[in-house]
Amino acid sequence: MTAPPAVSAVSEDGPSAHFDAFVAAGGTVEPRDWMPDGYRRMLVRQIAQHAHSEIIGMQPEGAWLTRAPSLHRKSVLIAKVQDEAGHGLYLYSAAETLGVDRADLLDALHRGQQRASATFNHPALTWADTGAIAWLTDGAAVINQAPLCRTSYGPYARAMRRVCQEEAFHVRQGYDLMRALCEGTPEQKEMAQDAVNRWWLPAVALMFGPPDTAQGGADARTAAPGAAVSRRARAWGIKHHTNDELRQRFVDSCVPQAERIGLTLPDPAIRWNEERGHYDFTPVDWDTYRRALGDDTHWARQRIAHRRAAHEDGAWVREAAAAYAARSDETEGRTG
Amino acid sequence: MSTTRDTSTKTATTGLSVAPTPTSASEAPTPTSAPATGASGGTAGAAPGAAPAGSAADLALHLQRLGDDALVLGQRLCQWITRAPTLDEDLALSNIALDLVGHARTLLTRAGRLDGTGRTEDDFAYGRPDREFTNTLLTELPNGDFATTVARQLAYTHYAVLYYEQLTHCPDTELAAFGARAAKEVAFHRLHADRWTVTLGRGTEESARRMRHGLERVWPYTGELFEEDEVLRRLSASGTVPSPAPLRETWLHRVTGVLTEAGLAVPAPTWSARGGRSGLHIEEFGPLVAELQSVRRQFPGGTW
Repeated sequence: MTAPPAVSAVSEDGPSAHFDAFVAAGGTVEPRDWMPDGYRRMLVRQIAQHAHSEIIGMQPEGAWLTRAPSLHRKSVLIAKVQDEAGHGLYLYSAAETLGVDRADLLDALHRGQQRASATFNHPALTWADTGAIAWLTDGAAVINQAPLCRTSYGPYARAMRRVCQEEAFHVRQGYDLMRALCEGTPEQKEMAQDAVNRWWLPAVALMFGPPDTAQGGADARTAAPGAAVSRRARAWGIKHHTNDELRQRFVDSCVPQAERIGLTLPDPAIRWNEERGHYDFTPVDWDTYRRALGDDTHWARQRIAHRRAAHEDGAWVREAAAAYAARSDETEGRTG
Repeated sequence: MSTTRDTSTKTATTGLSVAPTPTSASEAPTPTSAPATGASGGTAGAAPGAAPAGSAADLALHLQRLGDDALVLGQRLCQWITRAPTLDEDLALSNIALDLVGHARTLLTRAGRLDGTGRTEDDFAYGRPDREFTNTLLTELPNGDFATTVARQLAYTHYAVLYYEQLTHCPDTELAAFGARAAKEVAFHRLHADRWTVTLGRGTEESARRMRHGLERVWPYTGELFEEDEVLRRLSASGTVPSPAPLRETWLHRVTGVLTEAGLAVPAPTWSARGGRSGLHIEEFGPLVAELQSVRRQFPGGTW
């Protein structure tokens, strides 16, 4: 914390109440500061999931690196996938400041104990999918993540500032790719529309998490647990908005963008609501959300299998690097 | 071991990659400084359709060869991305691939301006059948395991730094500027290859065995990088560009230094592969080109 309180000075409500008041007032928590266990656990879970999503998210686009249809697009896509690896690294580093180890987090991902965003449980079937992913899922990520630049945990907030800057760039490039396809042959435009049809739901549902307000589609019974976690995260300054608020913001930004290049978002309920000053859309209720998850599908399994295979194939390289480093330290010890 | 470059370099590379591509056909030809000899003529930037002077055609072919090397090696490295041994390596290999594609773009664009066809970088990459690619066989070899890729990187990067440094002395200022930029970038790739060669050579028994195998695999393909044919003889005689042939000795000296540090022997292959420069590739090259061009060929007349 910027001004850590001496424990003895903590109010009668205990350190936890003091902590809550501190973050509620906009304080920034730093790794050496006292923090409630629940806060630490929630952050590790969220940051790890975010890091995992970055590296799993490299796969659907990575599969198109060798097929990008111009050298300009190829360069842009390589740079994007490279950025995602970089984001994974920043975020694992941020998680490590909370006392966990990057290797353990990766193991948890490989064993299925921690998860990446289910968005990438869907396949990238055509070149246009790389554009739709960058425009829609990265676009959703920017809206989701922009408030995280002000999140209460310092290392996470700082990582997110770098991530967001690069993500915004990806969104523009993805949109530009889609625009080029829409201005191309009828077959190209059809490919673009098909990609949007398949990526809209993963973006609007999964990138923002389950519904956490009644208006957003959570009914009273199912809303309770999700809303409670969401409330706690907001109280701790980890989140600043409900999932459904951010989802609305995303829809509001996408509709005019799609119109501008002649694409149709695959939701017949989308229309401008003068009264609310927002676009109406089909609420992402729990059924829709579950349907979008794509759990227990070929691709959900394939993403993890791909990761695990890369990790296992590279084991001998990491062992060699560790052995070499150990030997170098030894030599330095002798000579130094 | 950290193999990633600092952010400033990365940003610069990323910036480069999204810079608008000069569309050569419509762009006013940039006059190249004529080679020193009078016979060479000055039509290097000839308009499309006009037959280029001999030296311009030679230079175009030479740049196409260098561009094809960078493009094909970049394509091979792209196949690693998301499959590397560590996340840092995914980052490092994508960084290198991005630079290589950047080199290919500059070189092929220039080749299309010089040869009078007005072909763009994409015409070269996507419009030629595999028999018209002029890269060395080394660059198209399948990746193999990480050690084989490192061995290939070691051979290529030491050659490329040496050759691109030579280009900085070209009378053609555009090419000289490219040489300076590319040499600087490939020096990072060389550092990456050197570090991994030593790490794997001195790591575990397994990694040293794989590294030896990788070196044995790629070494017969290294000679083609230094090959000098009639085209190169004419170009170097006229002072247009240097021949890579004389660099082989320095190259061998340098890679020997790295291999010695790694506790590895320099392979002494009994044969030498060639053919890529004249379009005679290995069978695995067909699928590489098919994959590279697949989307573009699927949508004739498309805009990207």
